[in-house]
Amino acid sequence: MSSAIAVQASEPDNYYGYRSFKKGKFEFSRDEYFVKVKWPKGSHLMPADVFLRALQRDVAWNFFYGTVNFDHVFGTLNHYGTVDMFAGRFNDAYRNAGLDYVETFSSDDLMATFKAVLDDWTNKGYDPFAAPEETANPYGRKNGSNVDAISRQRVTAQRMVGCAGDTPVRTDANGYPVNRHFADVPQDQPEIHAEQGFEDEVRAFNLFGYLSRSDVTWNPSVCSVVRESLYCPTSEEFILPVEHGNDRVEWFLQMSDEITWVVKDKETGAPRANVTMRAGDIAAMPADIRHQGYSAKRSMLLVWENNSGKIPELIASGKAPVTPVKF
Amino acid sequence: MPDVKTVFGSLADYQKGGIQVINDDPRNYVFSNVFEVASKARPYERIAVGKNFEYVIECLRAEGTSPWFTCDHDEFALVMDGTVEVRLQKPGAGQAAPAGSDGAIQMKDAPGGPRMGRMVCRRGHMALLPKGAAYQFHADAPGVITIQTVHGPLTIERWAEICETRSI
Repeated sequence: MSSAIAVQASEPDNYYGYRSFKKGKFEFSRDEYFVKVKWPKGSHLMPADVFLRALQRDVAWNFFYGTVNFDHVFGTLNHYGTVDMFAGRFNDAYRNAGLDYVETFSSDDLMATFKAVLDDWTNKGYDPFAAPEETANPYGRKNGSNVDAISRQRVTAQRMVGCAGDTPVRTDANGYPVNRHFADVPQDQPEIHAEQGFEDEVRAFNLFGYLSRSDVTWNPSVCSVVRESLYCPTSEEFILPVEHGNDRVEWFLQMSDEITWVVKDKETGAPRANVTMRAGDIAAMPADIRHQGYSAKRSMLLVWENNSGKIPELIASGKAPVTPVKF
Repeated sequence: MPDVKTVFGSLADYQKGGIQVINDDPRNYVFSNVFEVASKARPYERIAVGKNFEYVIECLRAEGTSPWFTCDHDEFALVMDGTVEVRLQKPGAGQAAPAGSDGAIQMKDAPGGPRMGRMVCRRGHMALLPKGAAYQFHADAPGVITIQTVHGPLTIERWAEICETRSI
């Protein structure tokens, strides 16, 4: 039996029109340009679009793997059932000054507040999943809403896109036109010649064509599954809206164009490397870093995850290394 | 004509990126390029280019006709370059991979079971290599395949040969 989760929200502000929210000892408010986050030891300003793009991913990914840093101060850390909301926890200066703060919530509880904030602060015409060139201005006073954009379901194929009973391929007819940056991507499908009785096992689809029709950016979605091995390809444009600090090794196979990854230490935020990946490049992101990608042209990236629930503890306890291979 | 150009790689034309180190070891990123790996590989060697515990991404140079493989779990082949025909057939008696085994095995003889079908895949096409099926690749011209699978007896690890060890 489920019970409704209470969300602490104010009445809309008389001038800006937005509600303010409280969760635990955190407080959230927005004006025309900025979001303000307050906690018992401090406060922090973020541009509204930066906050909303990050919040959109945290909601869509159900807090994802590990740490979702909205920026260098604020974010969430997933414990898969509970989640930490933090300020300054992964920032060396805040930690050294004793200004960091963490509160733990049940995932469902915090998610209810995050969804309410996202719904109230996303204006008509603004799509936090879209590249900036493809959506309206996020700023200004409260102006309607965009429920369809913020409530998209993340694709999670059970076997492979296009298999019987699984996630369908994307077409014009089912609402996925080819993106402007992928207008030159071939849309041909594989030739399939299945013998009678084997139609469900002789299966293939055009993955690059499928990605060229994605209507979102920086949103890895499961397209094929081998036990706990998940292929999560995604199309990327502009900046990954979060600094992702994974609790396991994550792999990237750049399938088209180019992304530059800015890599920092997961705990302190100190710079470690810049990794430029071009078509055909494959690289691991170690489990002790945070990364943020920059993609000037919309590109195709295969994110490869090991979904095993045992890994975070193995990594955290030092029983498994933070890099996948030693050589 | 569209005024955009999407850049894909190929055996004939790829440009690697690299790692600009600030305070790190380039080896931590296990950075390679599938076209470069395939350009130096023998046909249908299954070279690991990604590894995450027991799971791997294997890179294969597709050229001519491969041996027959079979596997006790699903695998997925993604064609990164060229045109590859994927032939599927059921193994005969005693030819199946051991139940619960990891990764693909190479069959000594052609499969004895019924034909399941074939698929002709070009760049960007992903094919299911279903659990319990035998499969064979054929490519008239050199191409590149990556396979999502589990580390098995045919998986080759040569990280020191394929990975970047220097900062750019």
